[in-house]
Amino acid sequence: MEKEKIITSQNVHLYYGEKEALKGIDLDFPKNGIHALIGPSGCGKSTYLRCLNRMNDLIDNVKITGAIKLDDEDIYSPKMDTVELRKRVGMVFQQPNPFPFSIYENVVYGLRIAGVKDKNLLDERVETSLKQAAVWDDVKDDLHKSALALSGGQQQRVCIARVLAVKPEVILLDEPTSALDPVSSNKVEEMLLTLKNEYTCIIVTHNMQQASRISDTTSFFLNGNLIETGPTKQIFVNPTKKETDDYLSGRFG
Amino acid sequence: MNTKKVNKLALAVIKLIAAVVVVILAFLLGKILLSGLPHVSWHFLTTPSRSFTAGGGIGIQLFNSFYLLILTLLISFPLSLGAGIYLAEYAPKNRVTEGVRMAIEVLSSLPSVVVGLFGFLLFVVQFKMGFSIISGAIALTFFNLPLLTRNVEDSLNNVPKLQREAGLALGLSKWHTVTKIILPEALPGILTGIVLCAGRVFGEAAALIYTAGQSATNIDFSNWNPFDESSPLNLFRPAETLAVHIWKINSEGIMPDAEQISAGASAVLIVAVLIFNLSARYLGNRLYKRLTASK
Repeated sequence: MEKEKIITSQNVHLYYGEKEALKGIDLDFPKNGIHALIGPSGCGKSTYLRCLNRMNDLIDNVKITGAIKLDDEDIYSPKMDTVELRKRVGMVFQQPNPFPFSIYENVVYGLRIAGVKDKNLLDERVETSLKQAAVWDDVKDDLHKSALALSGGQQQRVCIARVLAVKPEVILLDEPTSALDPVSSNKVEEMLLTLKNEYTCIIVTHNMQQASRISDTTSFFLNGNLIETGPTKQIFVNPTKKETDDYLSGRFG
Repeated sequence: MNTKKVNKLALAVIKLIAAVVVVILAFLLGKILLSGLPHVSWHFLTTPSRSFTAGGGIGIQLFNSFYLLILTLLISFPLSLGAGIYLAEYAPKNRVTEGVRMAIEVLSSLPSVVVGLFGFLLFVVQFKMGFSIISGAIALTFFNLPLLTRNVEDSLNNVPKLQREAGLALGLSKWHTVTKIILPEALPGILTGIVLCAGRVFGEAAALIYTAGQSATNIDFSNWNPFDESSPLNLFRPAETLAVHIWKINSEGIMPDAEQISAGASAVLIVAVLIFNLSARYLGNRLYKRLTASK
């Protein structure tokens, strides 16, 4: 049976001024699971990821054509509220970027802005989110310490908890472990595996082993084109396109 | 010469230069404080000045300086905050924005005496505000605005772009991101800028001679109705500040103890700026900690 699609994109082109960075991407994501986007630097995978919650809107001179739909709603339609969209599609960045507040405040920030005042609910959400992000045991005794005092790996997991607290449907991860040491990376990976039953995680990674270890589907980008997409095992073991094979076996990139 | 020697030599030269700067500063401060502080007493700080006889103080001038400083900051800080936020966060990158930035640069290098004369012609004469504390405050705003705006803009720009993305990606509106995340992070930088500007305002004489005036009318410290002419809070009374007073008694003072008063007033000016700097820094740190909940 075909799984339910949560995000669909059709013929997505993106231009930075004159330069065409995405050359017509058709890509769908089934609900839940981990989906990896791989490819050499500058291939457009991060750019594509940022189309999914309209983070590219922040950059001047960007033009996007085509259709991206979240649950059959066009996210680029004028009716779409980007604030609402970004609550449904959360994002984790390459560099951990906690706010300069306490750990507690970091996690509840999105909820506070959304108007949640109930202290019990906030407390409860902080605990669940931090537990989901596998950082609760590290920080439970000093939730009111500055998040900046944590290690990079802990900061990144607090950032993930911050996203989880607002209960998004989709989580975009832009190379979330490339600034972390192997132990921390491993923790983030294990955490993602526990999240994938409830959330749709789309992860951009340069780490091939990571993609093959944790993802359910993999999409290979090259020079602004989507070369190949499919179940991770098939892409890694038996790719249909020569470029994918070349890249995965390290002949270029 | 090998690299190690070059390195040592360069370090020695830099240390020497730093030492020279420190010595000059220490000498200046020491000289002003040593020659001035002996004349400073409670009486000196609280009594009005006298024009012809010895024994006058600087009470009114001191009050005027602080009052003018507060007024100037009250006018210029909100303006520069708004302009700085606009330029750093919202302004499109086009020719108009570039033009505004250029105008700010030019304005910031305007000599203060020119600002004073401009204020004199426009506010004192044209708008018939007379030599008044409000004319002085507006002139100083002109003088202050470019630096403060620039400072706010730079402080905001120094906050990593990642923080903006983090806020927006979490579903915060742009306004929320700027006011609740970026601004608190930029606060220490903004405060440092305010302190520097406050020091400039406190020590400024040239821009005030023609705007706030050179006379310290007798004011009645028991009358706090701002609409009363003898009230300290009255905006339309002429108000000679400490810095203007120092300039004036050095150029035309005929009281027998002019030299002592000038020395004492200079020492008070420096100490006031010092206290202001230290307390603002302390306050800034406290505020930052409260806003960011960091310890």
